[in-house]
Amino acid sequence: MASVPKANELIAGTDHKPPKTGWMDTPVEFRPGTWCYSGKSKNLEVVGLPNPREWSPIDDDWKLPENWKEIIFEGLRERIHKYRSFQLFMDICVRCGACADKCHFFIGSGDPKNMPVLRAELLRSVYRKDFTLAGKILGKMAGARELTEDVVKEWFFYFFQCTECRRCSVFCPYGIDTAEITIIGRELLNLLGLNIDWITAPVANCYMTGNHLGIQPHAFKDMIEFFVEEIEEVTGVKIEPTFNRKGAEILFITPSGDVFADPGTYTLMGYLMLFHEIGLDYTWSTYASEGGNFGLFTSHEMMKRLNSKMYAEAKRLGVKWILGGECGHMWRVINQYMDTMNGPADFLEEPVSPITGTKFENAKSTKMVHLVEFTADLIKHGKLKLDKSRNDHLKVTFHDSCNPARAMGFFEEPRYVLNNVCNHFYDMPPNTIREQTFCCGSGSGLNTDEYMEMRMRGGLPRANAVKHVHEQHGVNMLSCICAIDRAVLPPLMNYWVPGVDVTGVHELVGNALVMEGEHERTTDLRGEPLEGMEDSDNEDL
Amino acid sequence: MGIKFSLLAVLALVLVAFLGVEAIGMNYLFGVLVPYLAFFLFLTGFIYRILKWARAPVPFRIPTTSGQQKSFSWVKQNKLDNPSTKLATVGRMALEVLLFRSLFKNTKMEFRQGPKISYQWEKWLWLAGLAFHYSFFIIVVRHLRFFMEPVPGFVHLTESLDGFLQLGLPGLYITDLLFLAAVTYLFIRRVVIPQMRYISLPADYFPLFLLFGLGVTGVLMRYFTKVDIVKVKELAMGLATLHPTVPEGIGVLFFIHLFLVSTLMAYFPFSKLMHLGGVFLSPTRNLPNDSRIRRHINPWNYPVKVHTYEEYEDDFREKMIEAGLPVEKE
Repeated sequence: MASVPKANELIAGTDHKPPKTGWMDTPVEFRPGTWCYSGKSKNLEVVGLPNPREWSPIDDDWKLPENWKEIIFEGLRERIHKYRSFQLFMDICVRCGACADKCHFFIGSGDPKNMPVLRAELLRSVYRKDFTLAGKILGKMAGARELTEDVVKEWFFYFFQCTECRRCSVFCPYGIDTAEITIIGRELLNLLGLNIDWITAPVANCYMTGNHLGIQPHAFKDMIEFFVEEIEEVTGVKIEPTFNRKGAEILFITPSGDVFADPGTYTLMGYLMLFHEIGLDYTWSTYASEGGNFGLFTSHEMMKRLNSKMYAEAKRLGVKWILGGECGHMWRVINQYMDTMNGPADFLEEPVSPITGTKFENAKSTKMVHLVEFTADLIKHGKLKLDKSRNDHLKVTFHDSCNPARAMGFFEEPRYVLNNVCNHFYDMPPNTIREQTFCCGSGSGLNTDEYMEMRMRGGLPRANAVKHVHEQHGVNMLSCICAIDRAVLPPLMNYWVPGVDVTGVHELVGNALVMEGEHERTTDLRGEPLEGMEDSDNEDL
Repeated sequence: MGIKFSLLAVLALVLVAFLGVEAIGMNYLFGVLVPYLAFFLFLTGFIYRILKWARAPVPFRIPTTSGQQKSFSWVKQNKLDNPSTKLATVGRMALEVLLFRSLFKNTKMEFRQGPKISYQWEKWLWLAGLAFHYSFFIIVVRHLRFFMEPVPGFVHLTESLDGFLQLGLPGLYITDLLFLAAVTYLFIRRVVIPQMRYISLPADYFPLFLLFGLGVTGVLMRYFTKVDIVKVKELAMGLATLHPTVPEGIGVLFFIHLFLVSTLMAYFPFSKLMHLGGVFLSPTRNLPNDSRIRRHINPWNYPVKVHTYEEYEDDFREKMIEAGLPVEKE
């Protein structure tokens, strides 16, 4: 983070006034901190993406294929015919500007090309030139422009400066969804071999080893067993998770970030404790060991290729249904794409909670249940013994992750769980939560270090809302149900709102969960002393 | 540049109609041929565009969910913002199309150094949009009296409601005022807000000037320099019954008005004005969020290359066995 200016300096020069030159005549400037490293050729080769080579966005020559224009036009034509959404969104925008100040990147950077309307115009202008009568005849007067290498560079810059969070689409009177435009924009870029390493590496890893980090099966098992030991230390309870076990009732899949990076690991401990306590007959899989899907950030096809493992593994293991952990875009893929792409899951059963008997009617076709739904149902039926006071040292707020919010509508379930596991819960202001929630600023594969300045800018609206409850209620814990959030919100908080930590919802569940045979808890899952236990902690030593 | 270009274009249209009728006397061209051609373009163009969109498949179910999903019986679903049934989706669409619900939610961001950011409800764009569209709609309905004999009851009713102020003679229509005020607001907003001006194209200004021109010529005819209404009706009825005639002595203002309408109709299908049809087809609004409940079919779904479990086990079998993980092939 060395190159990122201090928090108070970063925004000092930011206003939202557009430059003097028109946007078609304002070239893009690749400043450090505003772009991501390019995809490495070895990763492109693993999954067979086009034009693998070594290149950098700051090179003059991007080593595009010779017939790159033809590739783009052909790609554009194909997608216009395949996606009504895309065709419609190219045609019907009236540029009313309602979306303009809804984008976290625009708010944080002031760059007019980060207004969703203009981001879309970057692509629309090329579409008009070659696919519409008015554009062909009137050219620039109709908002059309020639496709040039500079245009492609601009696309690369701005389609990797959109997190596909869909906040703008909530406000658009025609429901124009910039995520659709960015997704297709990135697909087109990928046809030329233009992508970023923070996406292609996880994609390649996920494809070959089953998860983003490329954790091999034995190591995956080791890592989870490490947390089993940690749990025993905190609670005195020994847990025995199983892996790749045929005949288990439920397959559990969560983002691999939970397995390896703090504070997601504490959330993972929460999962393990909960499943143990209710005696769930479930298994982990090392093959389908990734809930996240960076394929979504590459192309529809890549999303399908990576997602296929979930159903394939469920079928191979013969489970009844699938339970999914806390993850944002994973749940967009599951809710809006999975069954369509890789279903029908007719080899699975309609999900029923083995503990409460609740039928998950809203998941009867995909056969995949969100863990927070599952837990909310357990709590509602009184199946969990919870000691809320174990989270009394925390004042908690909740960040609605973009995808569960705007691609699912998952608002009450996490709040219900939170209100049952902690005593101090405060929501952020209404314009910044639920369907109006602000992105963490690092979603859709942009959570990389070299991009830190843009991440801090993009995350500003979220941080600003956290700061509000931090100052008003003393909130010191930001909870969320997304693995990318858990990875990127800590540096964001550290930057804008020091003193606020980040947690998954199931870490708080794990803290509050009273387990059979546990010894008196003196610390939370992080080893922090519980309220009133500061001394007894010392006695143990 | 876009403003000037659009303004000049509309002024040129006015001039063309003026000269065409006043200097050359091509009343039949501007009174019959052009309107017919424009109407034909409007109709075929509109249908063509709708069919073109409708022909493109909707591979995925991607509603933007703006409220609580269908969940347990004890969690209240927000059916209008996150519908899971067709009926509720119709409700969502009705609110969207009739009341501009998404725009109603609009906020305005305020950015102060510190930094401190706040958001306020911004209702003016919504109000102006609503005022414009409904005024325009009512004005169109009122115009039906020129094309129908006898004039249907609902047209009379619209007229009397619209003129309920009973101010002046002929009675003032509220929608005439609202229409001009709203178009003016939408224009000023586009010019005054720096971001709006930055994103605006000639294609944004041109329809505004055109509509303003329409409104002004209409208002002039009704309230100030009267034209012969009986003859206008004769012409309109002729057009409607496919027995076109152009009575002598209708003022040139009428022909300018008619030419601007014709331009609007002809321009419509090729422009952003097609949002009128497009709004009904938007996949983020017109689909229920039910893809976990019912399988949505993608007509072009195709098989893709995947890395199978068998291949995976082949890669890692030794390590898996050593770690005590079950394998398919020992």
